[in-house]
Amino acid sequence: MVPLHYYLLVSAVVFAIGVIGVLIRRNLIVILMSVELMLNAVNLTFIAFSRFLGSMEGQVAVFFVMAVAAAEAVIGLAIIISGFRHRQSLDPQEMQLLKW
Amino acid sequence: MNASTWIFYILSTLLIITSLMVVFLRNVVHCAMALVAALFIIAVFFVTLQAPMVGVFQVLIYAGAIMVLFLFVIMLLNPTTRERGGGVWWNFGTVLALLLGGLLVPLLSNSESARDPLVSTELFGSPEMLAKSLFNDFVLPFEIASVLLLVAIVGAVVLAKRER
Repeated sequence: MVPLHYYLLVSAVVFAIGVIGVLIRRNLIVILMSVELMLNAVNLTFIAFSRFLGSMEGQVAVFFVMAVAAAEAVIGLAIIISGFRHRQSLDPQEMQLLKW
Repeated sequence: MNASTWIFYILSTLLIITSLMVVFLRNVVHCAMALVAALFIIAVFFVTLQAPMVGVFQVLIYAGAIMVLFLFVIMLLNPTTRERGGGVWWNFGTVLALLLGGLLVPLLSNSESARDPLVSTELFGSPEMLAKSLFNDFVLPFEIASVLLLVAIVGAVVLAKRER
């Protein structure tokens, strides 16, 4: 059996890759996909802890994270569509209506 | 090294490669395809960690529903303009994220974690146990999640509707 901290290492690396994606990409859809990647890295730690501590709470938490991630993806993509309609661009730098 | 360790190494290498592809590929559709691959690999991880039900949810909800939604939006918007280069912020973001990874990795590799899992009964991770836990201890969060999904549906329709 693979020890627990191997799983934690893999999910830390995937989470850091997701953070890089959010920080350096200039495309709103790719930024949203990087957020999904980070959520999945966290889900992996939940499942690994649930397995190694022998409790089902981790799997239930992953269930709720999935529900919230689905809602987040739907709302985020709807905001991207309505923003694209006004600006014809997916660049987050051009979303500056509220900038003072 | 036994077979499960080999499977773990192969899967984690593939997962890291596909995650890098999600972030660094230029074409948005290629990014989405790489993300589908990464989500499938995470589903395999779930199954090897005795969470088959959650693995099924992962394939159905993430790789199925959410990624189809992403691909539909990519198809509708058809983003053809090329991304501008980042400049200073590109380097700053990379350094910040590498710092985060560099802090997390030694912290986690030094930890004396449980080498062997505590229990591994036949029933652990089965739909039965998941449902028992979900509908006994977590009924209220479950109902709140259903309300949240309803709000998300209404909100998406209102936001994406064409103004007249």
